[in-house]
Amino acid sequence: MTATTSDTMTETAVAPASTKKKIDRQTTSALLYLDGISVSFDGFKALNELSFIIEPGEMRAIIGPNGAGKTTMMDCITGKTRPDSGEVYYQAGTIDLSLLDETEIASLGIGRKFQKPTVFEMHTVEDNLLLALKNDRSVRSALLWQSSADQEKRIDQVLDTIRLKGVRSRVAGGLSHGQKQWLEIGMLLAQEPKLLLVDEPVAGMTDVETMQTAELLKEINQTKTVVVVEHDMAFVRELGVKVTCLHEGSVLAEGSIDQVSTNDRVVEVYLGR
Amino acid sequence: MNSHPLIRLLDRGSTLFLVLLGAFAVAIPVLNLLMPDGSFLHVSTYFVSLFGKYICYGLLALSIDLIWGYVGILSLGHGAFFALGGYAMGMYLMRQIGSRGVYANPILPDFMVFLNWQELPFFWYGFNWFPYAALMVLLVPGVLAFVFGWFAFRSRVTGVYLSIITQAMTYALLLAFFRNNFGFGGNNGLTDFKDILGFNIQSDGTRNALLVTSCLMLALCFLVCRAIVTSKFGMVLVAIRDAESRTRFLGYRVEAYKLFVFTLSASMAGIAGALYVPQVGIINPGEFAPANSIEAVIWVAVGGRGTLTGAVLGAFVVNYAKTFFTSGILAPYWLFMLGGLFIGTTLLMPRGIIGTYNAWRAGRSEALAENAKNNITGAAKEDGAMPSASPSAAE
Repeated sequence: MTATTSDTMTETAVAPASTKKKIDRQTTSALLYLDGISVSFDGFKALNELSFIIEPGEMRAIIGPNGAGKTTMMDCITGKTRPDSGEVYYQAGTIDLSLLDETEIASLGIGRKFQKPTVFEMHTVEDNLLLALKNDRSVRSALLWQSSADQEKRIDQVLDTIRLKGVRSRVAGGLSHGQKQWLEIGMLLAQEPKLLLVDEPVAGMTDVETMQTAELLKEINQTKTVVVVEHDMAFVRELGVKVTCLHEGSVLAEGSIDQVSTNDRVVEVYLGR
Repeated sequence: MNSHPLIRLLDRGSTLFLVLLGAFAVAIPVLNLLMPDGSFLHVSTYFVSLFGKYICYGLLALSIDLIWGYVGILSLGHGAFFALGGYAMGMYLMRQIGSRGVYANPILPDFMVFLNWQELPFFWYGFNWFPYAALMVLLVPGVLAFVFGWFAFRSRVTGVYLSIITQAMTYALLLAFFRNNFGFGGNNGLTDFKDILGFNIQSDGTRNALLVTSCLMLALCFLVCRAIVTSKFGMVLVAIRDAESRTRFLGYRVEAYKLFVFTLSASMAGIAGALYVPQVGIINPGEFAPANSIEAVIWVAVGGRGTLTGAVLGAFVVNYAKTFFTSGILAPYWLFMLGGLFIGTTLLMPRGIIGTYNAWRAGRSEALAENAKNNITGAAKEDGAMPSASPSAAE
């Protein structure tokens, strides 16, 4: 988007795309297109004219201090929160996400992992995946459902990918924190989404688990578009992808991790004045 | 969830429950009709009707457990659906009285003659025909639940707010049915029934037949509930109960699932009410009282929610206790007992009778499996497959 080189990373160069090179949603090839999104809660502006685009097949890391609007942004994309103004388009500007609810957006192939690992604690690991498998979600088909060899195979594949084969019949509530995070990523994979939104996947993980998760996400990115929200700089560096830094609800800087982390404004925001 | 659907449907507890229910349905009529009056084994007709009433309460509890135990919808107004089913049956029974009423009007029930009504209100049409009345037993509670649920679930009303609205619903119906000009007998309700399907409602044979029918309906509804909770649909219900928004983000239309099961549950409560009315001989607006609905929730809590069998057991245990305590010198203390029971269950046995038993058994089989594993391998492996997880997950 904005041509960011380390020496031009000043306040003007990092201004949001909306003001300068406005990309028309009619001609965009982007998988996800956000333009001028604003959301306020009781006068507090959680998002302020936020704009960015995600190209198909891309992996993007989104960083930012607490309250920068990272989770609100995810809420806007997945239909949990309606933006007060601005546009959220999906699939080369063809689908207006701001008109749809969570269920419809999920069925379009947008999967979301929550900040706090959210799995079905009373179900076994494989049943969690079974519920997530891409399938007809209607009441009727759930009532008439039968297990099939094909579904078993798909569950096995996901279990392999998330490295949880050994605990497949264990109740999800009994998993460790890291395992729950992986299970939730696995549930995302089972949905076969086009776009994965992953909110703080390594919070509370050990260093080894963090590196394994980075590997896992890179593997997933080979076939899917991924947006990762994360605080952990070592993890973001390990991912080695384009980084967007949010602050007070809008984009502060965008570029490689080295560019962003040496940006004066970013340093100021993170370390205080 | 790999086993055959039929094995999942009829696990050990369910089979035992059905066998006991079947034995009960055979034993009580035999002991009532075939044993001579003075015999020690004779069961009096009073008890036949009493047990029939308990079975109906068991069915009501089952319907509450289906939505509370598995989807987490705490309805504090399920008595309304029970009462509506009861009224539908009561209307049929009223039309059967015909000219044998006090005022001997062949068409109008007594209370309408008393109110000087000239003709039958349109909503009483068809109730002289049993199949129509039976259909209304299912439809009236079902349609009300559908409309109520459609608005409530679509607006994402959950938890305590939903419970309060259900209370308001049953209270509103209570007030409406108390009115004389509402057309359902007002304060006195519907009573003085003579016969059902041509059989004298007071006779021993009919009373036993009603008991057996109640047992059959309970068994049938139990199987329907089991089929639902052991299907993938049931897994989605539990998923909604434990993490509603997660389920939504997986692409499930949560309100459709809730609406289906809520409507089904209301129809089941309606059946319970319809079987209850001929056995107690009266239906009046008192059945809509919010306290009744709350009491039914207590049965489920005591028996163990999310177990189905526990709900029926709870209804039996609490109601037997009620019969016992309200018929002696302890009568004034019954409500204290009931309150104490609820607090005691919540504090000491939050899983209820069956839930606690299941947890105890799962714990024991886990310990046994652990022992067996230790004996074979000499030392327990730390992270392997857990053989004990499957029996507890099957529950």
